[in-house]
Amino acid sequence: MTERHSTVFWSGFAVILALLIAAPLVLPPFWGRFLTEILIWGLLAMSSDILIGYTGMISFGHSAFFGLGIYGTAAALLLVDPPNLFLAILFGLVASGLVAVVVAYFSTRLRDIYFAITTLIFSQIFYVVIFTWTSVTGGENGLAFTRPGLGIPGLYVVRFTAETMHWFVLAVVAGSYLLLRRITQSPFGTVLQSIRENEARTRAIGYHVEHYKIVSVMISGLFAGLAGVLYALQNQFAAPDFVFFLVSGETVIFNVMGGIGTLVGPIVGAGFFLLLREALSRFFTEYYLIPVGIIFIAMVIFMPQGLLGFMRRWLNR
Amino acid sequence: MTIPWDLFAIQTVNGIVTGMILALVASGLTLIFGILNVVNFAHGELFMLGAYVGVLVLATTGSFWLALVAATIIVALLGAALQIVTLRPLVGRDPMTTILATFGISLVLQNYALWQFGPVARKIQEPITGHFTLFYLDYPWYRLMIAVLSAAIIGGFWLFLKYGKYGIWIRATTQDRVMAEAMGIPVPWVHTAVFAIGAGMAAASGVLFGPLVGVDHAMGLPWVLKAFIVVVVGGMGNLGGSIAAAIFISLLEAYASIWVSPSQAVIVSFVVLILTLLFRPTGLFVPTPK
Repeated sequence: MTERHSTVFWSGFAVILALLIAAPLVLPPFWGRFLTEILIWGLLAMSSDILIGYTGMISFGHSAFFGLGIYGTAAALLLVDPPNLFLAILFGLVASGLVAVVVAYFSTRLRDIYFAITTLIFSQIFYVVIFTWTSVTGGENGLAFTRPGLGIPGLYVVRFTAETMHWFVLAVVAGSYLLLRRITQSPFGTVLQSIRENEARTRAIGYHVEHYKIVSVMISGLFAGLAGVLYALQNQFAAPDFVFFLVSGETVIFNVMGGIGTLVGPIVGAGFFLLLREALSRFFTEYYLIPVGIIFIAMVIFMPQGLLGFMRRWLNR
Repeated sequence: MTIPWDLFAIQTVNGIVTGMILALVASGLTLIFGILNVVNFAHGELFMLGAYVGVLVLATTGSFWLALVAATIIVALLGAALQIVTLRPLVGRDPMTTILATFGISLVLQNYALWQFGPVARKIQEPITGHFTLFYLDYPWYRLMIAVLSAAIIGGFWLFLKYGKYGIWIRATTQDRVMAEAMGIPVPWVHTAVFAIGAGMAAASGVLFGPLVGVDHAMGLPWVLKAFIVVVVGGMGNLGGSIAAAIFISLLEAYASIWVSPSQAVIVSFVVLILTLLFRPTGLFVPTPK
């Protein structure tokens, strides 16, 4: 990494971070909340980018990790009294982590399309379980809960406001970005990228490809679970719809629209998708997915690099 | 625990009937995969659109058989158009991009149906209303007719593949794309035709299945998921394996729903899929290559 590249990268990062910190103070409440949502969906998309963009596996099952993050948080907030923010995060991560272990173990034995279908089927298994196990999960009605205060329980706790929620989400997302960036640039991340480029050769060099794949699915699942935790805290609601595979499909759309293999691209893609939905649903009401789907197909054909694809090399340096 | 034999027998018949429809859906899917190397996420939506076209034609002409034929042809033409517009530009790219494109198509088609036809389920009147007695049940003849018709369509298609001139073109393209091209077979058009045939088969099964449930915009989804399972369990691109797997999985689900609710019985087929992938990743009905 050259000196100049690093200066430009970090000053760019600082400027965007500063703008995002200032945003809720300037924007009207609706758009402030909208921005928070973009960050949360962006984190989900970013977690999936580890698989799509770096290891070269398309997961159609990220809704399972995301949904279990939500339900884990719900469990912590409903069962433990008084509700505790850190316990909620822990529960969400443990739930999605456990699911990730199971999914990773089975699905990484397969490649390409088979991997995509297996992850899809796994997410549907969790969907069916959550949907039908009404006594525990509330079934179709879902679970409602109240979010805990921000701070260290017993010492100093403040209630979440729209602004503090935004900053909390922003801190988690920015931290996750830095962590994921570090992971992808580490020797481990380099092996993941070599699996994407040529799996047989990576194996021939002597890397245990399966282990690397399992770990990459687990990392991806954990960060997707973290996105679920944030979503649960923001909306105080858990429903089986979040485990449904449509969420996984949208995650893939975010990635393709924003540009895979860039980490920030998926966040931009999530923002682009949500803005499109917002703008188009004024004209097309609930049928906004018709024009969005057409735009998506056109992007797959004509712009496979996505919005930020042209910056891919630069961002990964 | 006593085994309820009569229930067992009824569920066997039910399982075979749904298995045959599933086989019809899945054989289109496996054909498209085997020849185009495309996993068609929009297959369930073609099934659903077929059912809707059936509803419309039935409403105007009053003939179920005309509706069946019209739906098959119209959806096949739509499939050909979709293949030319969205999948042809992707030839030669990473096969995963075709999953993305067909996923986009499925979103568009599903929401188009919701927009055009609304959320209320439509009904298709079955052409045969007679019943016969199966133990204590009045079992509709129509269900048996579905199974027979599905088998006839698949059988006819198999004969076409085996002996028809264009069927031989299709098989040649499956075996060796480059060689087929060198022999003068117009491979891009074979691809389009295969996608159209697969779409038409999905549409036919949509019309056949329509009378059993209602027709609504989301009806394709459970079918495409099951068809994926069938296609993987039967071995991707393997027509005979898909049919066997479709009946096998439908029977298992039918038996499972004796004890648990049908929505939970789906898990049985998920488990079959996972076990298959673990122990025989190339499919249950093909010898595992060493």
